[in-house]
Amino acid sequence: MSKLELLSGNEAIAKGAIVAGCNFYSGYPITPSSEIAEEMARLLPMNGGKFIQMEDEIAGMGAAIGASLTGAKALTATSGPGFSLKQEHIGFAIMTEIPVVIINVMRGGPSTGMPTYPAQSDVMQAKWGTHGDHSIIVLCPSSVVESFEYTIKAFNLAEQYRTPVIVLIDEVIAHMSEKVEIFSNSHYRIKNRIKPSVRPEKYNPYNVAFGSVPPLAPYGEGYRFHITGLTHDETGFPSMKARIVQDLQERLIEKIESKLKYFSFYEKYMTDDAEIIIIAYGSVARSAMKAVKDARKVGIKAGLYNPITLWPFNNKRMRRFAKKCKHFLVPEMNMGQMCHEVRSSLYGKNVNVYHLNKANGELISPSEILTKLKGVMHV
Amino acid sequence: MYNENIFDYMRTEKLPHIWCPGCGHGIITASIVRAISNLKLDKNNIAFVSGIGCSGRTPGYLDFNTLHTTHGRSLTFSTGIKMAKPKLKVINVLGDGDALAIGGNHFIHACRRNIDITAIIYNNSIYGMTGGQFSPTTPDGFIASTTPYGNCDPSFDVVKLASAAGASFVARGDAFHVLQLDKILQKAIDHKGFSVVDVLTTCPTQLGRRNKMKKPWENLDYIANQTVSIKKYETMSENEKQGKFPIGIFIEEKRDEYVETYTKRVINKAKGRK
Repeated sequence: MSKLELLSGNEAIAKGAIVAGCNFYSGYPITPSSEIAEEMARLLPMNGGKFIQMEDEIAGMGAAIGASLTGAKALTATSGPGFSLKQEHIGFAIMTEIPVVIINVMRGGPSTGMPTYPAQSDVMQAKWGTHGDHSIIVLCPSSVVESFEYTIKAFNLAEQYRTPVIVLIDEVIAHMSEKVEIFSNSHYRIKNRIKPSVRPEKYNPYNVAFGSVPPLAPYGEGYRFHITGLTHDETGFPSMKARIVQDLQERLIEKIESKLKYFSFYEKYMTDDAEIIIIAYGSVARSAMKAVKDARKVGIKAGLYNPITLWPFNNKRMRRFAKKCKHFLVPEMNMGQMCHEVRSSLYGKNVNVYHLNKANGELISPSEILTKLKGVMHV
Repeated sequence: MYNENIFDYMRTEKLPHIWCPGCGHGIITASIVRAISNLKLDKNNIAFVSGIGCSGRTPGYLDFNTLHTTHGRSLTFSTGIKMAKPKLKVINVLGDGDALAIGGNHFIHACRRNIDITAIIYNNSIYGMTGGQFSPTTPDGFIASTTPYGNCDPSFDVVKLASAAGASFVARGDAFHVLQLDKILQKAIDHKGFSVVDVLTTCPTQLGRRNKMKKPWENLDYIANQTVSIKKYETMSENEKQGKFPIGIFIEEKRDEYVETYTKRVINKAKGRK
């Protein structure tokens, strides 16, 4: 049984969150993400959850982490300037390994920038916005359907890897309406965090004896433990011992990067014989798809690679492409954030990486990409 | 006052604490634990939250669900905890800089919501852990590491601030009048709604040392002399009130609590519409 609904990207995200089992939302209004909060305010109380509008973005992130500690699945949504404010607590969630999902509907920046226009300005902030070394999972859907699906996946990954997961959406996807086929809840695979199997007195919140992701007990169920943003040992209490801190730093990265193959979502189109591969994500991937089709008609063997899991970036896949393909084009609605990563992933390979950047609030059209393709391929 | 049960509520293996000799924070912490012990609360149902600074280290010594959060923002975590699991008794300790400077916004909004959390401010009028910079409660003229010529910043009155912002329980106690502090904290923790207790305490290392109160007892003596009962304060002239802090319970009102109100007015209505 399924039903078809006409939804905006923001509405689809809220629906996806409910399907994923989200039962807590805390946030602060900001364009162009506000519809997510509005939908959650309506949906949560009728689905056994709670919604709270906090005094600022930082508080929205803090309350979500607090709720998650009690066992709730928590969501917050924001946009550019609010995303900047949330970074402090994103770091806290990384360090303390508390699952939480953050939606960032990207808009133009820096600062207040262009609140109602699309941009892909936060690709690097999503990866490196908070201080300190860490890894993080960032997903970037290209359509309303994907917004729905990848919100569910974001919750699953947050629970599975005890980590904050960020979903980056282009404003244009957040606000456009598309058809979404929604099945009954049993259709979707929902994952929940591992709870401890040991007795409370034996429980350590960062015990990695059975894998790099330790079980997390909810507050109020007899497991009394300590959580701190300071570097800590397996008991959760502060430690500044060099070996323990180094192990922690390495595990925070390793627990995500070593499992990339399980969640490295992507879309490939005509890359097998491609002489030039376009690397595009979000709304730009859709323009790029059309550009590939048009390019093939004029004799350019183009292909598309859409790295839906933006972070961690899959270097191995890029290097496999580079075995056969020598030209890459990275069109993006910023001044070259992902292009930088593509270049570094292909370091040492004899390839050309071209860029096409637009950060003025306008979408990148298929014809602009085609023109660029023709230029670099001398057609 | 002596209550040997307090160790039942502590992680004694984590002692001794990191606070300096002569610090008042241990006095407040013991008073909080006595209050919890007297109320016979279940350890499993207490979430004990803190921010950053000397006060922030309190939860580590206590045997509850403990959370050491970020500077100034602890009340936001507490709000999430209380909303998501109302059966938990949430106690949140803060420092004066923590609650009133970097966390001022979170503080007033927690007061406004009247959410069932107890906020206890370890108010030593200084940033102790970072080296003695002045805080929003440093008295006029005091020397701090960032006020080498004497403090000229006006200070906050926590009681007035919390009252105006909407807290339904507001009190002030201090680290000298401990019997009274025990009682105030017990009432604050037992109160349904947002309760604020401003606890005046000492910092001989960072405040006392620079202000002719180098010995811990001199700093504590200063607090003792600074405080008067609310009753007495009301009879004093404006001149006599200068530099004095009334102690006791200022507000203790039954008012709609946030999570209960949300459940009653939002969840029930939403379920009706489903």
